[in-house]
Amino acid sequence: MTSGAIVMMLFAMLVLWGGLGLAVWNLVRRSKAPEEKYRRDL
Amino acid sequence: MATEVRTPRTGSAHRGSFSSRKVFILAAIGSAVGLGNIWRFPYVAYENGGGAFILPYLVALLTAGLPFLLLDYALGHRNRGSAPLSFARTHRRTEWIGWWQVGICFVIAVYYAAVIAWAVRYTGFSVSKAWGDAPDEFLFGTFLQAGDPGVSLDVVPGVLVPLAVVWLAVLVVMSLGVQKGIGATAVVFIPVLILAFGALVVRALFLPGAGIGLDALFRPDWAALTQTSVWAAAFGQIFFSLSVGFGIMITYSSYVGRRTDMTGSGLVVGFANSGFELLAGIGVFAALGFMAQAQGVAVDEVASDGLGLAFVAFPAIINEAPAGALIGVLFFGSLVFAGVTSLVSVIEVVISAVRDKFEMTRLGATLTVVLPSAVVSLVFFSTTSGVYVLDIVDHFINRYGILLVAVVSMVAVAWFARALGPLAAHLNRTGSVPLGRWWTVLIAAVTPAALTVVLVRELVADLASPYEGYPAWMLGLFGWGIAAVVLALAGAAMLVRWRASTSLTPPDDDPAEHTAEVAR
Repeated sequence: MTSGAIVMMLFAMLVLWGGLGLAVWNLVRRSKAPEEKYRRDL
Repeated sequence: MATEVRTPRTGSAHRGSFSSRKVFILAAIGSAVGLGNIWRFPYVAYENGGGAFILPYLVALLTAGLPFLLLDYALGHRNRGSAPLSFARTHRRTEWIGWWQVGICFVIAVYYAAVIAWAVRYTGFSVSKAWGDAPDEFLFGTFLQAGDPGVSLDVVPGVLVPLAVVWLAVLVVMSLGVQKGIGATAVVFIPVLILAFGALVVRALFLPGAGIGLDALFRPDWAALTQTSVWAAAFGQIFFSLSVGFGIMITYSSYVGRRTDMTGSGLVVGFANSGFELLAGIGVFAALGFMAQAQGVAVDEVASDGLGLAFVAFPAIINEAPAGALIGVLFFGSLVFAGVTSLVSVIEVVISAVRDKFEMTRLGATLTVVLPSAVVSLVFFSTTSGVYVLDIVDHFINRYGILLVAVVSMVAVAWFARALGPLAAHLNRTGSVPLGRWWTVLIAAVTPAALTVVLVRELVADLASPYEGYPAWMLGLFGWGIAAVVLALAGAAMLVRWRASTSLTPPDDDPAEHTAEVAR
C-alpha cells in the first residue's frame, strides 16, 4: 500500500470508529441517571 | 384540529415499546446497516476519490445525515406515533407525507425480501460452489432463469420457496411485537452480523493481494474533491445508508421511553452505521484485491457494486480463495442478517401506520400488512422477470420516492409547519447533545439543498437516457408509474378519518398524556 492510502485508511478508522467510541462513551457517561422502568409490549 | 375524546388505548404503552435504550439502539443500527452498507459504500468510495472521499463523506454525515436522523427522532419521539400520525400531530395538513413514506416502505419491502431470499440460497450455494466457473451465467441463467426484459408469470421455484420462507419469518417476527419481535431480532442478529462480518474481514485481510485492494480503495485522489459529482455521491451515500427520511426512525423512536437521550443515541447509531461501512469497504476491497491479483488484472476490472458485487464478483472470489466456502457463508450470511433487520424495520413502518389509523391489534395489523406484501412479492419477484422489475423499482423508488419525500418532509416541517423549534426543544429536554440554531439551519436549508442537488442530478440522468436501456413501457410502469401511484395513494389515505379516540395533539402538549406518562 502507498503511504497516502495508509494514512487515509488510518484517518478513516480514527474518525469513524473513534467517533463511535466517543458517542458510546458519551451515552454511558450520561446514563448514570436511573433507567426507566420497562414498559411491556402489549 | 384534534379530536378531544381520548381513551387509554391510544397511550404509548399499548402501541408497544422497546424495553430499553440499548434495544432501541440495536434495532436502529439493524435498520441502518443493510445491504447498501456492504455492497454500495465500498464502490462509491472507490469511484469518488478513494481515500479523499472520506472528507465529503464526513461532511455529509455531520451536516446532513445526523441532523436528519435527529429530525426523524424528534418527530417520532415527540409525537409518539407512526409516520402519518406523527406528521398529523405536527401539522394536520402534512399527514400525507407520512402516508407517502408508508407507501414507499411497502414497495421497498416487497422487493427487498427477494434479495434476502437470493442471499439465503447463495449461503447454501457457497458450500458446494454451485455456480461453477461462470457465476454470472449461473445467476441469470440457472438460478434466476431470467429471459429478456419484460413481464412473465413463469415461477422460479428456487426463488419462490426461500422468498416464502423469508415472508413467513417476517410474519412471525412482526406478530411478536416491538420488543419480543423487532427488539429481540436486533439483539441477536446485530452481534452475530458483526462477528460474522468481522471474521470475513480478517480472513480477507490475510488473502494474497489484499493490500492491492486496500490501496485502490484508500489511495486519495484529491482532485476529485473539486467535482460536484463526488460531493453529491457522498450526500447520497450517507442519506441512503442511514435509513432516514422514510418513516423508519420516526416509527422506532415512537417506541422509546420519554426520558431517553435521543441525541446521544443518534450519534451512536450514525457512527455505528458509518463504522460498519468502513469495515465493509476494507473487507470487500481486500477480497477484490485478491481477485485482481489472482486473475492478473487491475482492481478496476473486478470492482463492482450491488448485485454484481454480491452475486457475481464474490462467487468468483470464493472459487479462487483458500477456504472459499467459509468466506461465502460468512459473506452471504452477513447479507441475510443485515437484510432481515432492515426488512423488519421497513415493514414495521406500514404495520405501525395501519395500527394507529384503524386502532387494530398487533396481530390484526401484522396479518393485514404482511400477507398482501408477501403475495405481491411472490407474484412479481419469484418469476423469471423478477430481477428486471426489481432493478427498475429499486432505482426509481429510491430517487423519486425516498429522496423526494425526504426533501419535501424537511421543507414541510421547517417552512410550512414551522415545527423545528418545538422539535429541538423536545430533544434538548433529555438529550446530551444540545440542538441549537445550527440544527435548524441545517434542516431548513443545507440538507434539503444538498439532497435537491442529488435529486436533480439523478433526474437529469434518467431523462437523458432510459435507465439501463430498459423498454420505455417497463420504466413507465414499474419506475415512474409506481413512484406516482405511491404518492397518489398517500393523498387518498389522508382522506380516511382518524378514529375518534385518536388525539391529533402532540402528547407533549396534551395534559392527559403527561399525567398518564408520569403514572407509568
